[in-house]
Amino acid sequence: MVESKNIFEIKNFSIWYGNFQAVKDINLSIKSNRITAIIGPSGCGKSTLLRALNRMNDLIISSRATGQMLFHDVDIYDKDTDVIELRRRVGMVFQKPNPFPSSVYENVAYGPKLRGIKKKSILDGIVEQALIKADLWKEVKDKLNDSGLSLSGGQMQRLCIARSLAQEPEVILFDEPTSALDPISTAHIENLLQELQKTVTIVIVTHNMQQAARISHYTAFMYIGELIEFGDTNTIFVNPVNKLTEEYITGRFG
Amino acid sequence: MYNIDTTKESFKKVHKKKRNIRQGFFLSLIRMLGFSGAITLFVILLFVFYNGFQVLSWEFITQPPLEAMTRGGIFPVIMGTILLTSLCMLIVIPIGVVTAIFLAEYSKPGYMLKSVMMSIYTLAGVPSVVFGLFGLGVFVVMLNFGMSLLAGSITLAIMILPYIISTSEEALKAVPYSFREASLACGATKWQTIRKVVLPTAMPGILTGAILGTAKVSGETAPIMFTAAAFFTSGIPRSLFEPVMALPYHIYVLATAGTHIEETRPIQYGTAIVLITLVLGMNLLGIIIRLKQRKKRAW
Ligand SMILES: Nc1ncnc2c1ncn2[C@@H]1O[C@H](COP(=O)(O)OP(=O)(O)OP(=O)(O)O)[C@@H](O)[C@H]1O
Ligand SMILES: [Mg+2]
Repeated sequence: MVESKNIFEIKNFSIWYGNFQAVKDINLSIKSNRITAIIGPSGCGKSTLLRALNRMNDLIISSRATGQMLFHDVDIYDKDTDVIELRRRVGMVFQKPNPFPSSVYENVAYGPKLRGIKKKSILDGIVEQALIKADLWKEVKDKLNDSGLSLSGGQMQRLCIARSLAQEPEVILFDEPTSALDPISTAHIENLLQELQKTVTIVIVTHNMQQAARISHYTAFMYIGELIEFGDTNTIFVNPVNKLTEEYITGRFG
Repeated sequence: MYNIDTTKESFKKVHKKKRNIRQGFFLSLIRMLGFSGAITLFVILLFVFYNGFQVLSWEFITQPPLEAMTRGGIFPVIMGTILLTSLCMLIVIPIGVVTAIFLAEYSKPGYMLKSVMMSIYTLAGVPSVVFGLFGLGVFVVMLNFGMSLLAGSITLAIMILPYIISTSEEALKAVPYSFREASLACGATKWQTIRKVVLPTAMPGILTGAILGTAKVSGETAPIMFTAAAFFTSGIPRSLFEPVMALPYHIYVLATAGTHIEETRPIQYGTAIVLITLVLGMNLLGIIIRLKQRKKRAW
């Protein structure tokens, strides 16, 4: 594998909800154009850490971050960070597919329109490209005007991926993107992620150990807010250093 | 001490029978009460139609009153009510929706929000005649609008404002959080999220509230009695500062004042039919929009 540079560098990073520390003093690097998986038992702070990467935690009034979160060597928690531009560059796909209650086309065109692209021909091209990349084009090209909510669960999730791709992000964050889907749709999305990884950096939170092992290059194991172990997915799954990691991936607790 | 009878017989027959009788009694009572609403509506409609249908005609709704209102139609009266309610809605919807957006999307829980909510609830509980007096004092006299379309519309708008705020707020709050999250994650600002995702999604709910509010307003007498309503105008008003006739007030006046109370009975009921049709029609429209939206929404 060609060495790739760190797109995110997380240094002594913590997040509090009020007085409760959900993420504890984490140090971690995320490599560009790779898939990094975050695993760990429920409530250990995976989502909190993931949502810190595009500052979605800002929406929770009680939350507060300390330490450094460098994106291309710039601390995104600096006062003068343009959060809107950050979220444009670091997109997000959620656990429950959440297309807007508008047409397939409008869903995908949403981001580009926000950035002021108005010309129909340009938008058409972006929408088509994003849907092709999300491997949804063939299924929806004849029903672009149908409601996004009329699609199947797996299709809706790929629509959400297309919506994110349309904003031309460098990173896409996935928070358990397949936990609400059937095995076939899940496999479909896993294949898609491996395809996408060539052009975007992917960080994925998952409860599914096999999924992490199958698709990710790097794995971070978290436990009660702390990063217990981080490294090559192979190493983590075959030769974990930490006892807790081993117990978790062999399914002795979870 | 309870007297528990453990013989088989008692379980099987006696208790069951007693229970069935009691259950049957309450069930029929509930049924009766449940239907009482429908029956009352039916009786009222029948009564009004029976007394008023004879005056109904094309002329009745397109011609002005004639010969001290004993003959002719109620065209200016209908127009007056339409103008009053439209203008009222034009004023109240923007204010109500903006307030609701503030309350639902921007306000932080705390002392301020609580006092604003309290004021809105209190305002909703004020009797409509008080709004009438307030409108008379402030718009008619102090601001010198006179008894006018404008003064009446503003008064009605103030009266219905709490209702529009709370229905709009409910509609906004019913928009799932996941839509907002999705929009923000696309790099939208909060305001863009509200304008492009939240408001369109809430629109059917807001519209339903507005239509039901219009229905309420069009039947109000007290708030316009001192602020806008005239016993007689020769046609439809030519400016905002002219008084208007209005359906509920027209019924009130014909039924209580003047020298032809008995003679105009059918016209009174005819006017009531028009008013009821207008109100029920709007309610029906509101219900249809609501049902359609329920069916459509999949989240
Ligand atoms: N908005 C919030 N306010 C207060 N505490 C919160 C909030 N969101 C999460 N927490 C707490 O922070 C901790 C980490 O939550 P987080 O959602 O990041 O866990 P997770 O690892 O994603 O769990 P899961 O696997 O169940 O999704 C939990 O203890 C949770 O109770
Ligand atoms: Mg989570």
